[in-house]
Amino acid sequence: MAVRIARRLAGFLATLLAASFVIFAAVYAAPGDPAVFLAGGRDKLTPERLATVRAQYHLDEPLVVQYGRWLGDCLHFDLGRSFKYGDQVADLITARLGTTLELVAYATVLFVVLGVGAGILAAVRQSTWVDSAVVGGTTLAASVPSFVAAIALVSLFGVQLGWFPVTGSGRGFAGTLHHLTLPALSLALGALALISRVTRQAMAEAAASDHVEAARASGVPEREIVRRHVLRNALGPIITMCGLVMAGMLAGTVVVETAFGISGIGSLLVGAINTHDFPVAQAVLLLMVAGYIAVTTLVDLLHPLLDPRVKQEARTA
Amino acid sequence: MTALTLAPVRVPDRRPVGVTVAAAVLLLVVLAALLAPWLAPYAPDAIDLSASLAGTSGDHLLGTDSSGQDLLSRVLHGARSSLVAPVLLLAVAALLGVTLGVLAAWRGGWTDALVSRLTDVMYAFPGLLFTVLIIAVFGTGTTTSVLALGLAYTPTVAKYTRSLALAESRKPYVDAYRIQGMGGARICALHLVPNLGRAVVGYLVVLFGEALMSLATLSYLGFGAQPPSSDWGLMVQEGQAAVVQGALLPALVPGTAIALVVVSFNVVGVWAADRLGRQA
Amino acid sequence: MLLTLDHLTVRLPGTARPVLDDVTLRVAAGEVVGLVGESGSGKSTTAKAALGLLPGTATASGTVRVDDADVLALTGEELRRHRARTVAMIHQDPRAALNPVRRIGDFLRERGADRDRAAQLLGAVGLSDPERRLRQRPHELSGGMLQRVVIAGALAARPRLLLADEATSALDVTTQAEILALLRTLRAEQGAGLLFITHDLHLAAAYCDRVYVMYAGRIVEERTAQAFFAAPAHPYTRGLLDCSPTLGDTSRPLLPIPGRPPSLGDAFPGCPFASRCPDAEPACETWRPEAAELPDGGVAACRRAPAAVPTATERNLS
Repeated sequence: MAVRIARRLAGFLATLLAASFVIFAAVYAAPGDPAVFLAGGRDKLTPERLATVRAQYHLDEPLVVQYGRWLGDCLHFDLGRSFKYGDQVADLITARLGTTLELVAYATVLFVVLGVGAGILAAVRQSTWVDSAVVGGTTLAASVPSFVAAIALVSLFGVQLGWFPVTGSGRGFAGTLHHLTLPALSLALGALALISRVTRQAMAEAAASDHVEAARASGVPEREIVRRHVLRNALGPIITMCGLVMAGMLAGTVVVETAFGISGIGSLLVGAINTHDFPVAQAVLLLMVAGYIAVTTLVDLLHPLLDPRVKQEARTA
Repeated sequence: MTALTLAPVRVPDRRPVGVTVAAAVLLLVVLAALLAPWLAPYAPDAIDLSASLAGTSGDHLLGTDSSGQDLLSRVLHGARSSLVAPVLLLAVAALLGVTLGVLAAWRGGWTDALVSRLTDVMYAFPGLLFTVLIIAVFGTGTTTSVLALGLAYTPTVAKYTRSLALAESRKPYVDAYRIQGMGGARICALHLVPNLGRAVVGYLVVLFGEALMSLATLSYLGFGAQPPSSDWGLMVQEGQAAVVQGALLPALVPGTAIALVVVSFNVVGVWAADRLGRQA
Repeated sequence: MLLTLDHLTVRLPGTARPVLDDVTLRVAAGEVVGLVGESGSGKSTTAKAALGLLPGTATASGTVRVDDADVLALTGEELRRHRARTVAMIHQDPRAALNPVRRIGDFLRERGADRDRAAQLLGAVGLSDPERRLRQRPHELSGGMLQRVVIAGALAARPRLLLADEATSALDVTTQAEILALLRTLRAEQGAGLLFITHDLHLAAAYCDRVYVMYAGRIVEERTAQAFFAAPAHPYTRGLLDCSPTLGDTSRPLLPIPGRPPSLGDAFPGCPFASRCPDAEPACETWRPEAAELPDGGVAACRRAPAAVPTATERNLS
């Protein structure tokens, strides 16, 4: 078990290093002088600014040294200075990260509750119209891009019915909840198909076990069988998939925050790219990728703990 | 691209009515795209500020946007770029992915290891982030978007091709050609790749809907097609401001067009890929 | 009569012959009855019929009664209560019958035992340290221990009828003997009937009061245990006895039954065993098997059975 954890953590670090190197070295792929590129292009470029950028990114040193120093700086939350805002990138991100995490958390609650719920419903009512409706409905939802879903939700619940605000992120718990409902829903909709399908499949497999038939033969109430035997034993793949989808949602915020005018790191990234503010884009990308890799690794490490047989090995090993 | 790419939807086996309907929708959309100049009542960029945000009427069947451009005409014209661009990006992904996949399968050893490490690094970028990184470096625009997405889809295609090519390369006919003294590159190009063609095309067909969605998303974010294009994703972005004012059509018309095509394509694509896969 | 199967015929879609074909079988209260046959002969389906656990796609005719309840007509809560209280099944593979992620205590409690009774049951089936066992999970116990747990679970609700489906086949011989003895004792204490399903005719004849032999979904012979060894009436029963070794009988040659056991895809116009039968005559190929009473009170469904007397179909054993 310890070996497994160590191997997984080593893999995590290796992937993180590789991905961060790609993000870092992307600067050199850009046409022209990397210093000019990092400074946001030739407009309004002063020699002092160029010198600052050269110093900040250690551009006069060999590539590997540059990367090492950049990585070291990143670990100290020294992410450079935004060309557009003139602020420290780290400050820009910390100011917005909370909103993005709230959005992801809310969307996660929604897709777990709705997706797993729909999957359970489809599994329990397998091969009936309920099953077909769940599969059809969620597949349809997955075919609608999140920004189109966002517009449709805003049109209906924001503009027509006036139930929810159409933009911004709100204040206080109730306000935040109120403001983030439609964004979280648009973020969650696309995941419903995947989650409900995994739930349905995992439950169908668990339901085919002999011990489920044995429990049924012993007159254990059907509700108990579904809860304590089928769903409980199907949790592994369901939780894994929920974790992976949640990790991927950080990237999904890029679209949804833009659609709803929410000031989070997703919309920060979009703004940074449209204004050629590369230091900001680089930092947000690094954060999102690191978050994604970290969560997927965590899910991978936690997954075996659901199975007492593996947990037992872990204790004795 | 991420490992979260939706697995192909398993639609029940009986040839459903849905497939027929979806195929009909796609046929209509393709026809509309081809015949757009003749079908569209207005030029897509004909500005008429006096008719700004007009609702549906005899003059403008689907209404107008804030510049008074006819939405029906724009959507018809936009169908062209919205349908062609995904084909191009899949072509890029197929070219690169099949080459890498076959190379990895055929050479094995460190080539295989290198390809799989590269794939892993790209999978570390969730969603569209790899594409976004490329766009951040090379700038926005349709060409960059298509190439960047093509690159982002490459690992998926490469991985799939590798597994197919690995199975194919163990078949006896490959040995037969080798015994005849034919070189590896020739066997791959003339025999192996053509034999994988069916399955790879089937796989690409399933990816099409997602590719279209990704491209529309990039356009919507302002990374893809630029004004005055009638690209659907861009139209949604342009129409969004009007939604708050209560004019829903400018955003909903292109939005519905995207959703309709993606849904239809997913329904038809999965069905077709299933058949291709079965015959392959 | 505790368990009564009368002319039970069960068909599954897509099969050439019924899974169960005109099966008539009785188990009286306190009686140990064996049911023997090769795999696929319909033994397990017979047990499932008693539980009302036939597959949803199956069509059944005939009757299944436990006490006075018409099992095939039970639905919903009544059916659940029937399975929970009246009949209990002991499965072949204890490791498959227990949910690997739940505790032994959960397993017993689910079957109606509270904590004290669960511990008491584990003690009764001969497990040491019951309190600790309750907190353990299946992977921490051996196969023999798990089978004891499964038996404890079957006894938890004090059922009137126990169905043991190859309950000891997966265990080693010494454990098997212990479990068999345990089953007999506990059953006697509770006064329950036991339907003992096995592929081992010698075991069944040694262990049970009365034995049914099944072939291709039909009962081919029903005798008291002693009668089997003395004078097996059906050629299939004789075949079964000839093809299995017994202790201390090394001089007797083992004679396998020729051919293969019939699958659900094989339909038979006449006696299903005719093609493998050493005594078959051409007429057997078209003769519909009918149960015939033997002079000693048993029943055999063979055209050539000695001194065959057709039975009254409603023959009552009680």
